[in-house]
Amino acid sequence: MIDTITILTGFGRSGELEAVPRIDLKMGDVVSIVGPTGSGKTTFINDIELFADANTPTGRRILINGERPPVEYRDDPARNPIALITQHTTFLSDLPVNEFLHTHARIRITNLAERETAIERTLSFANQLTGEPIALESRMTELSGGQTRALLIADATIICNTPIVLLDEVENAGIHRTRALELLRQYRKIFIFVTHDPRIALLSDYRIVMQRGRITQVLHTDAEERQLASVVSRLDDILSSLRDKIRLGERLTSLELEGVA
Amino acid sequence: MKLAICAGPATTGKTAVLRHIIRKLQDSGQRVAFLKIDVQYAEEDEQFAREFGIPTRKVYSGELCPDHCNVMVLGDALQWARKAESDVLLVETAGLCLRCSPYVDGGLGLIVLEATSGMNLPLKVGPMLSLADVAVVTKIDRVSQAEREVFRARIQDVAPGVRIREVNALYGIGIDPLVDHIRAQADAEESMLLRGNPPVGTCTICVGKKEIGWQSHFGVVRALDNQTFYRGE
Ligand SMILES: Nc1nc2c(ncn2[C@@H]2O[C@H](COP(=O)(O)OP(=O)(O)O)[C@@H](O)[C@H]2O)c(=O)[nH]1
Ligand SMILES: Nc1ncnc2c1ncn2[C@@H]1O[C@H](COP(=O)(O)OP(=O)(O)O)[C@@H](O)[C@H]1O
Ligand SMILES: [Mg+2]
Ligand SMILES: [Mg+2]
Ligand SMILES: [Zn+2]
Repeated sequence: MIDTITILTGFGRSGELEAVPRIDLKMGDVVSIVGPTGSGKTTFINDIELFADANTPTGRRILINGERPPVEYRDDPARNPIALITQHTTFLSDLPVNEFLHTHARIRITNLAERETAIERTLSFANQLTGEPIALESRMTELSGGQTRALLIADATIICNTPIVLLDEVENAGIHRTRALELLRQYRKIFIFVTHDPRIALLSDYRIVMQRGRITQVLHTDAEERQLASVVSRLDDILSSLRDKIRLGERLTSLELEGVA
Repeated sequence: MKLAICAGPATTGKTAVLRHIIRKLQDSGQRVAFLKIDVQYAEEDEQFAREFGIPTRKVYSGELCPDHCNVMVLGDALQWARKAESDVLLVETAGLCLRCSPYVDGGLGLIVLEATSGMNLPLKVGPMLSLADVAVVTKIDRVSQAEREVFRARIQDVAPGVRIREVNALYGIGIDPLVDHIRAQADAEESMLLRGNPPVGTCTICVGKKEIGWQSHFGVVRALDNQTFYRGE
């Protein structure tokens, strides 16, 4: 059972120590990583996924339940408690979707009965996030950027089904982000979102601010921000509905913006 | 002295992996010698000599298959590295035969595969994978976690007994376990055998004479110091 994950921090690109010595995440925590492009957000979650042990350029170390993670986490994907959804929007894999998912389920899920239903559930999860549905027979390399991200999110959530999920800029994926958040939040896990999105940031317990490769601040979402969250969500919903209408070739009317403008 | 032979298709990251291994071995006080075997062009020996100040050699196999070239010259190379008082001899080879293995019993066999190569590569490299001790998967920074894990499964399907180690050879992440494998290796014996069974063929290696060192072979042979020559009986 995983209760906590600890990041013993290191130093930034210029060698300066990070602003906090450690970060402890408890089961159920939702955290955002924010910062300009190039500030080290991806590196931060990669360190977690690699179970960094002062052997990456940042010098960070990762503890699970307060201890060094056992080597089996890296050697046996069925025991790896972390699923990482990277920024990749293409697959290099030359396999059909079906075979890819089956192979992944085979090594991630030990229970045979669960394995069978997992493929179907993964596909249906993914297809709730994309405009154009993914077919099991398509080749992985044929999928669009959005379909790729949708499949990776669904794969991480259902096939990996790990207690810790790391997501790198899901908002840029060209998927139904709001739906993705709804679906993800049905699961009790530690979620770490790399994000520029105010909606995701405000739904987090706190956000880790990065600059030049180092953590500069940890900001807990305060009472005022929590109040803002619902307005931000409404604005965001309005914008996504505008986006959907444009996509479907419809016209926009002033009605859409009622209560805002 | 320990021996590790590192094989794998071109540009998979053999040199990048070995560079990190050499650095870590040196940091722990080990003396390393390096031999590069390639068909017609290589500069790894010069790079490593410059970067690490270690004894290095290279041999071009030319018209010989690099795996066969390895069998021919390895006897000499072990002597050369012993004379240089090395603790570890690292060999980098392209492993082009795909029918013979590039590994010997008594040396650690490492195959380097790139996670970006497509899912069928593990099915195509034959004994170079199935007879290896460790499969090193590089470029994990270039693919999603899911693809990395499926690639691992494809390797396991072909070679269930081979240990899989994933690395980012740009930053040297994941190299420590490889160094541990080399350290745990028994010292190389004076006489060693090529691993696996070569296919039927016409050269003495292809017909199954697996003794390491050109002295055990006939026909067109190769010594570390010489170009290919004919040794008749
Ligand atoms: N992104 C990335 N590039 C790598 C990695 N390993 C090697 N490379 C690059 O791949 C190229 C070929 O590597 P090299 O070691 O020369 O391959 P070799 O032909 O097998 O010896 C070089 O440009 C390396 O920098 C890795 O883990 N990640
Ligand atoms: N602490 C650090 N020390 C050294 N290099 C770092 C550090 N953090 C990040 N980097 C490097 O900075 C570059 C940008 O980092 P990245 O994580 O991709 O940024 P972001 O995801 O925020 O755009 C990468 O090349 C990364 O290796
Ligand atoms: Mg990034
Ligand atoms: Mg090379
Ligand atoms: Zn051969």
